[in-house]
Amino acid sequence: MKIIAAMSGGVDSAVAAARAVEAGHEVIGVHLALASNPQKYRSGARGCCTIEDSHDARRAADKIGIPFYIWDMAEEFHDGVVENFLAEYAAGRTPNPCLRCNEKIKFAAVLDRAKAMGFDGVVTGHYARTEIGPKGKTLHRAVDPLKDQSYVLAVLTTEQINGAIFPLGDTEKIDIRKEAEARGLAVAQKPDSHDICFVPSGDNAGWLRDRLGGEVGPIVDQSGKKIGEHKGAYTYTIGQRKGLGLTVPAPDGSPRFVLKIEPVSNTVVVGAREDLAVSKLLGEKTIWCGPAVGSGAQRGFAQVRAHGSALPCTYYYDGEKLIAELDDPLLGIANGQALVIYDGDRVVGSATICESA
Amino acid sequence: MGVYLDHAATTPIFGVAADAMHDALLKVGNPSSLHTEGRSTRKAVEDAREVIAQAINCLPSEVIFTGSGTEADNAAIKGLYWKSDKKVILISAIEHQAVLDPARWLVAHEGAELIEIPVDNTGVIDLAFLKEVIAKRGNEIALISVMHANNETGVIQPIAEVVNLAGDIPVHTDAIQSFTKVPLSYKDLGVTSLALSAHKVGGTLGIGALILRRAYEIPALLHGGGQEREIRSGTLNAPAIVAFAVAVTSDQFDASKVKELRLKFEAGVLDATPDAYINGASAERLPGISNITFPGTQSDSLLLLMDGEKVSCSTGAACSAGVHRPSHVLLAMGHSEITAQSSLRFSLGASSTQADVDFALSVLPTVIERGRAANKK
Repeated sequence: MKIIAAMSGGVDSAVAAARAVEAGHEVIGVHLALASNPQKYRSGARGCCTIEDSHDARRAADKIGIPFYIWDMAEEFHDGVVENFLAEYAAGRTPNPCLRCNEKIKFAAVLDRAKAMGFDGVVTGHYARTEIGPKGKTLHRAVDPLKDQSYVLAVLTTEQINGAIFPLGDTEKIDIRKEAEARGLAVAQKPDSHDICFVPSGDNAGWLRDRLGGEVGPIVDQSGKKIGEHKGAYTYTIGQRKGLGLTVPAPDGSPRFVLKIEPVSNTVVVGAREDLAVSKLLGEKTIWCGPAVGSGAQRGFAQVRAHGSALPCTYYYDGEKLIAELDDPLLGIANGQALVIYDGDRVVGSATICESA
Repeated sequence: MGVYLDHAATTPIFGVAADAMHDALLKVGNPSSLHTEGRSTRKAVEDAREVIAQAINCLPSEVIFTGSGTEADNAAIKGLYWKSDKKVILISAIEHQAVLDPARWLVAHEGAELIEIPVDNTGVIDLAFLKEVIAKRGNEIALISVMHANNETGVIQPIAEVVNLAGDIPVHTDAIQSFTKVPLSYKDLGVTSLALSAHKVGGTLGIGALILRRAYEIPALLHGGGQEREIRSGTLNAPAIVAFAVAVTSDQFDASKVKELRLKFEAGVLDATPDAYINGASAERLPGISNITFPGTQSDSLLLLMDGEKVSCSTGAACSAGVHRPSHVLLAMGHSEITAQSSLRFSLGASSTQADVDFALSVLPTVIERGRAANKK
């Protein structure tokens, strides 16, 4: 096959591209420039789209012996990922930009462009597996549970999965580094990227406050009584306990947690730990990563964070929403988080949590 | 074997130049040394200087060797500005970054004022604008810089008229793309300074020249041994200078042949893609450069696809991270950002053949079709 290797400049995508070449594909390396001003140097383990990253990607392509180009996806990234991130926070939800990037950029803008140009698919360094089953190609967890990235790929439709190649899903990260070393790739020991790539400082709250404003508003208890003030509702997270700056203690003296963020009234609601517990999750904008699920209840696992646990549940689709009833209650769920359903290690689909109880 | 249509970026070194360079590399001797070996190398350098001076029609003492064409441009723009007590720098809107960036740097750091001379939609500078600025602010202008021919479109500029209008104001011209491609005479043009580069004419990378009027001293960029009239210091790159002179005199660039190939190529492109258009088509152009807009495409997609078909061409500008940017030259000619980013430069050189043109034309229809399909903008 003729494929595009999306090369970030990190070790994973470099090894993925090398493996694709070894598998006999005709591979072309592409580095996605996602920041509109990429003239910035990496600090610590953070950030992407820097001159250093494009250089690292280019040198990896040189080593592997494949052509290399830069694709400017800054506009698509800004419109599809950064704007969405801001809009979600402004609406009081907690988004995952990596999911959006996979949905809108890597397996949409890039894959579409690649196909139009005569390529068959896109290879990335994501830790996930695909299998060809009787009902087509399906998405599965990687063998390395610590690195498994199937959660952030659970926004891919069957068609997108058909155009995706994930050569790293069968290997543990530690072995990928060893392999990179053995292949002579200079990025073998490059630190993993963390945090959100377009927030290079790592200070999400500050970044949001700069863009959405830090309008002061009330912190209230569940009865609606004001017990403090916040500095911008967006900068709080459901389940957050520290940094609330509350001086009025709870009646029983127990710690208080953020339960709810109400953007319209710019209010943060706090309450007791047990009030964070939910056992029913409802999600909208459902995407099936394989065969669609019907209204009949099925047993499976729900995951609500990129590296969260797989929670045993019963799930079904009511024609409008994907619903998961958890066997055991879960604390601190925010609207906007992705609900991903697994059948064993297979990704069934995902939805954006819009309600929980 | 691929088809190389990016001779304006750099053209293959001529075999005779590579041979001369190889021989020179094996000889010891700093041209500034006083002993036998030094004198021998010095002789080779001075012989080469005379050859190059003759080719560009200047005095040997007017040739100042530099490390690149960019250095020659920087030395001229900064040097002429520093020499003057005036603050206005007047340059064309289509200058190479080697002129544009030092001019902007002087604005940011040395209190200069930059005025850009616009171009019309054929890519030729607006002489009426120049005349007006000189009439109004002539006594404030430190220097004027207009390139002899543009590197992206090949459009030749009316330098003699610029010099005529300039009067006593120093004029620099970047003649890097024009040298050996079209008749070029430093003396006849009447400019104060002129920049050249060896690797565009069949010499090697890493050597350029600033042609600067005899006894006209400007402050230096590089201080050190003062080797080149105290205007440029650094041990002379004798092997590269020798190769430069050999390339210049080897007469391998057949302008009429290259022009004919370029015209055939352009005709073939327009035949295959009727909505494509050649930028600067109606202006006087260099023989080998063709800048073509393919509506509904993105240049970086086209370059990737052409490269995949083993045809090398250029998209023009890119930032330091390698992201493709709309060309300031095409924007100055009235392009939108979108059409500016739908354009490719093909440039032919001494070694280009009819087979190269035929092959490039044979892959073009598929490339354009795929490029259009990939364009979502």
